[in-house]
Amino acid sequence: MTSYCKIDHVDKIFTRGNTETCVLKEITLDIEKGEYVSIIGHSGCGKSTLLNIVAGLTEATTGGVILEGKHVNEPGPDRAVVFQNHSLLPWLTVYDNVRLAVDKVFGRSKSRAERDEWTLHNLNLTQMTHAKDKRPSEISGGMKQRVGLARALAMEPKILLLDEPFGALDALTRTHLQDTVMGLHEKLGNTVMMITHDVDEAVLLSDRIIMMTNGPEAQIGEILSVPIARPRRRLELVTDPTFLKCRQRVLEFLYERHRFVEAA
Amino acid sequence: MNMPLAKSGITASIALASPATAKVLPLPPKPSVPFARIRATLGKIAASVVPPAVVVALFLVIWEVACRKAGATLPPPSRVVNDAWELIAHPFYDHGGLDKGLFWHLLASLQRIAMGYTLAAIAGVALGTLVGQSVWAMRGLDPIFQVLRTVPPLAWLPLSLAAFRDGQPSAIFVIFITAIWPIIINTAVGIRNIPQDYRNVAAVLRLNPLEFFVKIMVPAAAPYIFTGLRIGIGLSWLAIVAAEMLIGGVGIGFFIWDAWNSSHISEIIVALVYVGLVGFILDRIVAGVSSIVTRGTSAN
Repeated sequence: MTSYCKIDHVDKIFTRGNTETCVLKEITLDIEKGEYVSIIGHSGCGKSTLLNIVAGLTEATTGGVILEGKHVNEPGPDRAVVFQNHSLLPWLTVYDNVRLAVDKVFGRSKSRAERDEWTLHNLNLTQMTHAKDKRPSEISGGMKQRVGLARALAMEPKILLLDEPFGALDALTRTHLQDTVMGLHEKLGNTVMMITHDVDEAVLLSDRIIMMTNGPEAQIGEILSVPIARPRRRLELVTDPTFLKCRQRVLEFLYERHRFVEAA
Repeated sequence: MNMPLAKSGITASIALASPATAKVLPLPPKPSVPFARIRATLGKIAASVVPPAVVVALFLVIWEVACRKAGATLPPPSRVVNDAWELIAHPFYDHGGLDKGLFWHLLASLQRIAMGYTLAAIAGVALGTLVGQSVWAMRGLDPIFQVLRTVPPLAWLPLSLAAFRDGQPSAIFVIFITAIWPIIINTAVGIRNIPQDYRNVAAVLRLNPLEFFVKIMVPAAAPYIFTGLRIGIGLSWLAIVAAEMLIGGVGIGFFIWDAWNSSHISEIIVALVYVGLVGFILDRIVAGVSSIVTRGTSAN
């Protein structure tokens, strides 16, 4: 039985000169449609490499990614990425950044007016319509990330890839944006794969948490299901026993069994 | 006037150790807003105009004093103005042949620049893109560019005269070959420095090569390209004067050479002032276009 998105026996070996570094080893993972999966691990464990392989930006050395029964090995809008550093084009306005994606993906299937409407619709989803004529340099980091999210959503991806989307934000902005992402996931039912190193964030947002062992040769160490009903409310979860148990499991994994060892 | 009053009020209150006895004093009336703005603007203009004006005045005085003496080889500024008044006051006269006002000479030079520089800009950006984008093109072409760019502009002139057998295309070629190197090199650096992030965005959106060039490459590399264009325009203006001295005909370079041959030193000085001003204006124009075009990119 094939799943919606299957990461199938992926190995990644980086070769530099004569030295070969095996970053990922035997990664196999099934993601169901509509599922929110987080990948958590210490820095350097290859979780971003894994996301780049799914995005098609990096090629797997062996193995591959199958999305809806099709092998994907090059980048495409069906696997839209929200990059950690937003990656908006600074010479385009907020609107034009999203419109560029909309024009490219729906250039043939939607009329000009429909594309305009779709662009504004997605900016509205992430509450960024008010800044549509501003340039990225004129808005805050959190807002840039919202625009990046709007751009990714506007591509109507089969799977949405979030590469530490809240990593560069302050705690309050991060909370706000997490709520936005959670709300959108409930509303739109996207399949999401998110890279993170924040335990609370992973437990709050995910249906399943994939915990990676330390690199080199990082593997999937443990998979934890988060059986908390949606919609989830941040404040209620603080005292929720399931939430606390899940949180503890991840913390134990990261800080006891697979403690980060600084390279000597 | 107001201050001492307030002060004495405070000291009095301290001395008596009683609750605040300081009087509330009205603020001096503010000048009306538009008036203040005009004054601020005038102040800014003065700050940028007065210092150079002072320096120029000083320079003219020293020059006047130094060249007034008998036996001075160069004319003092007063004589320059006297001798060359015809040139200064009537830049647009045209008595046929080479006997024209400075405007016509400058115009002829600018036309050559326009031709050569436009060709250099197009070819330079294209070649720079190629070198910046392809590792093999860089390996093959970069060493050649590095050698050729050190050849002085005028050294190309005999070769181009031999090839074109005419002054006009030869001068344009010299401009072209002078301006093209900084444009190529800066464009290539700009293209090579396009952040991987933008390339990733382009990859995810599946932009085709043409879309990538227009929508990502050119805007991302624009600050670099314009640096090259600015160096290029400066170099072409340097080269045109020298090239025209050799090829003759109408043009500011030949005008200077002609004036030297007829010992009209004052005319040379006037022409030099014009050459400097026009070069300055050309540089400002490219810088102005650059700041408009790269507004988004460089603000990041």
